[in-house]
This record gives sequence, structure tokens and C-alpha cells, in this order.
Amino acid sequence: MVSTTVKNRSHRMSLSTTVKQLGLIPKSVTKYVQNTIYSPLLLTFFIISLSACQLQNHQLRPTGDLGVIIGRATGSIQIVNTTQQEPLAKVDKLGDLSHASVVFSRDQRYAYIFARDGGLTKIDLLQDRIDHRIIQSGNSIGGAISQNGKWIAVSNYTPGGIKIFSADTLELVADITATPLSTNTEKKVIYSKVVGLVDAPGNRFVFSLFDTNEIWVADYINHDNNEEWKVKKYPKIGKQPYDALITPNGRYYIAGLFGESGFALLDLWHLEKGVKQILPNYNKNKRTLPVYKMPHLEGWAMAGHYAFVPAVGQHNILVIDTERWQQIATIPVHGQPVFAVARPDGRQVWVNFAYPNNNTIQVINTETYQVVHQFMPGQAALHMSFTPKGEQLWLSVRDSNEVQVYDPTTFKKLAAFSVDSPSGIFFTSRAHQIGL
Amino acid sequence: MVRRFSSSFTLFFSLILMINSSLFAYAETSHRTPSIKKQQALLHLLKQDCGSCHGMLLKGGLGPPLLMKNLEDKPIELIINTILYGRPGTAMPPWQGLLSTQDATWLAQQLKTGVIE
Repeated sequence: MVSTTVKNRSHRMSLSTTVKQLGLIPKSVTKYVQNTIYSPLLLTFFIISLSACQLQNHQLRPTGDLGVIIGRATGSIQIVNTTQQEPLAKVDKLGDLSHASVVFSRDQRYAYIFARDGGLTKIDLLQDRIDHRIIQSGNSIGGAISQNGKWIAVSNYTPGGIKIFSADTLELVADITATPLSTNTEKKVIYSKVVGLVDAPGNRFVFSLFDTNEIWVADYINHDNNEEWKVKKYPKIGKQPYDALITPNGRYYIAGLFGESGFALLDLWHLEKGVKQILPNYNKNKRTLPVYKMPHLEGWAMAGHYAFVPAVGQHNILVIDTERWQQIATIPVHGQPVFAVARPDGRQVWVNFAYPNNNTIQVINTETYQVVHQFMPGQAALHMSFTPKGEQLWLSVRDSNEVQVYDPTTFKKLAAFSVDSPSGIFFTSRAHQIGL
Repeated sequence: MVRRFSSSFTLFFSLILMINSSLFAYAETSHRTPSIKKQQALLHLLKQDCGSCHGMLLKGGLGPPLLMKNLEDKPIELIINTILYGRPGTAMPPWQGLLSTQDATWLAQQLKTGVIE
């Protein structure tokens, strides 16, 4: 943004000085020119440069109210503006964007897109173009940007582990391989898949190992300019952690368990205390329903000190007291919840569902635990995102190729526009949140 | 006596009906392919919903890759059974109830021949 303005100024200066410097007009007619031609010429140039300036000003694009929507079937992203509620530009050729996610640079100018096929793309939101792009692994599941904004970490399935890159150049900074599992027929080592990667205060990255039931904390240490990443490992945290989150204040890291009931909790203020299993009984002897889509935990819905969490394999939302880390209620819902998203003021939690119930959205009042609103936006309502102050809820409806915008107070639809097979919706406000 | 006769007759009759309908169902699943509209819906499901775990291009994710080269040495019955009954102990759910045997058979055929790649 700043550079555009500077460029524009220098352009204007060069226009007005060029006439004097050209030296094309004979000296004998200089006076005449000055009186008759030169003045209108200057005036013309002035008008041209003024209109150029206005054009440039018109094109200036603040980034604070922008967002990125994943077009999963076309491997593209749509840059959007939440104030105007409209699409701005499309950027293509980003690879396999099934389960893609996005983080933003501290200045909200760049979006980093993590693709399924190991693609990591840095997009310039001001110029609607790819700034850098690399294929960093065979198969990837998401990433995070460090607290200081210097590093991008990506969690990988193939080969399992995390890789850390310079946010500026996307050059490799560190390669942390996960625990080896076995060797395949070609004698290649297979490593555990990594899930639930988050950034934590202190320039750390925390993540979970799906196949070997571990949580790892990668700590950045800089002694005498000798950069190093140290990894602290917590084994036996519970079976098959499938996703994780960090609480908004950055203190607790919580992994959801697929292979057994409950969640694994790590207090980042007290790493010495180790990992504790919470809600160990919520799913014991209960889970009979097949899971057609893993619930997502990132952006865990918090209202006061209560968290509203999708249950695995149940048509329920669990309410957890985050001071005692105990379940205090169960809210029956329409299907298997995938996302539970809290309105920023915590008054409502919006829930979407796994296939085959994914045409419905329910809204829960966080005081009464009642479903206060339900509607069917279309087939495959995949993702929801509130604008930072919560006056809009954006919703992607994959099979209608549509993004819909709602007023969460009146539940009225404010806008709708076309995006090819939309899934994840990510606003630039994520740049200033811990854990993303 | 009459009552007994009638109940055993009903039982016999319903047994015949059951055998007939299951035979009919078997014949239908093994010989008929889904309608074009259903095929499109199944391919959409495969790409988009199975794609949540196996990748939209079926190159793998939380679930293994499902490309032709990954499945060529697997018997088609194994693939059909995996779709219908899932893989206990893994994240693969049973799709029985949402997909018929006919649907699963057709999908397995598509995967084996790499039609969608």
C-alpha cells in the first residue's frame, strides 16, 4: 500500500519535470511557448497527473477488511472485501485445495495458502498475484505463522513432520521430521502424520502426531545468532489426535482424540506438568455413529469461560467449563457437528454438519443452550466465519457455488455471490490472533 | 388349526417374498449400473466428500491415496467392502446406509480403472 503511493508520487514528479528536461523546444520560441502553449501544456499535464492520482487513490486497497475464500474444486482463491461484501479478485493455479487453510502476514498484506498437495503459496493481496510459490512436501494439512511473523510452519502427512520457512522468501529454515512408523516396499521410511499445528507465544509451534499419539513443542532458540529449533516431546497423549487448537489467550493446547474418548490438554505455562486427558468419558461406550467428516477444533467456540465443542461421532455439542476442564452440558443438534463457531461477543454459537446433513445450519443461544435459529442455505454448507466484530457471518455453500452473508442479529441474508465450489473462509483479522 | 395353518402360510409366503426380493436386489446390483445422474452424484461425492480425507485428486490425506496404481493389486471386493463397511480402527467410516451395494460397486470400478484421475 505504502509503496504504491510512493510510486505514484514519483510518477507525477517525472511528468511535470519531463517537459523542462526534454530540450526539444527552440530557445527563440521559448517565450511564446511559455505564454501560449506551455501553460496549457502544463495545465494538461497537471490534469492528466491529477486524474492519474485519483485513479491511483481509487485503486488503493486497505487490507484490514479483506478475506480469502478457497475455491476447492478449481484450485483458486477469491479475495473478498467484507465492508462492500463483494468479491475483488481471483488467483488461480494453487493446486489441490481440498482441506486448504490460510494464514496472514502481520501487516495483512500477504496470505499464505496451504494446499493438500504440499503447495505453499504466498499471495499479495494488494496486487492480486502470487508472490512466491513452492511445493514443500507430498501431502500437507495446514500451517501457522509464528508470533513474530518471521516464519511459516507447515504440517505434513507425506513425509510426516513440520517444515519451517522464512515468511519473506519461503526459504527452508528448519525441517522437523515426525516419529518414524515403518518402511514401505521401496524401503522408504514412513513417518507419522502431523495434525493440529498452531503457533504459541514465545515463537513456538505446537503440533500433534496422529499415528504415534504424541504432542510436540518446537521452540525457537537464538544463542549468539545461532538459530536452532528444539523439540520437546510428549508421548502417549491418547489415541489418534485428529486436530487441535490453542485457546485464544495462547495458554492451553488441546488435541481432540479420534481413537478414544476425550481430549489431550497441555498447559503451555507449565510444560513440566505434562499432558492431561480431559473429558475421558464423554464418548465411552456411546460412539455408534460413523464419522463422515472429522470435526474441526480450530476456533473453538468460547463464550465466557465455557467452550462449545463438536463431539466426535455424536449428534451433540459438548459444553466444557474451561476453568475446571469438565463437561457441564450436552446440546443435541441436527447432525454430526463439524464447526462450532462463536459470535465474537459469545452470545451465539453457529454449527454446521457433516455429510449427509450438511445442508443445515443451527444457531445455539449460549445462555439457554437452545437452538434459536435453523435454516437450510443449500447443499454442503462447509464453512462459516464471523467478521471481527461479529456484524456479519459469512457462509460457503459448496454445491450451490455460492457464498452467503448473514446478519447474525436478524438472521437476514445480506448478500450472496458466486465462487466456484467455495470452502474455507479466512479474514485478514486472523493475522492478529494467537494460534493461527 | 385354521389359525395355525394361516400363520404358517403367512410365514412361508413372506419367506418366499424375502428370497424373491433379495434375489431381485442381487440381480439389480450385479447387473445394472447407476443412472447417469446418479453416476454424476457419485463422482461428485468421491471428489468432494471422500476427498476430505483422501484428497480431492485422491492423492491421499488422512486416508490413503486412492489412485489406480495404489489399488491395482487390491481385489475389487475388498474395495467394495471397505466402502460399505469401513475400516475399524481407522478413520474410514462405513458408507452402508448412504450408498447401496450397486453404488459402491460402481465407485470401486471407477477407482480401479482410474477413470476420474
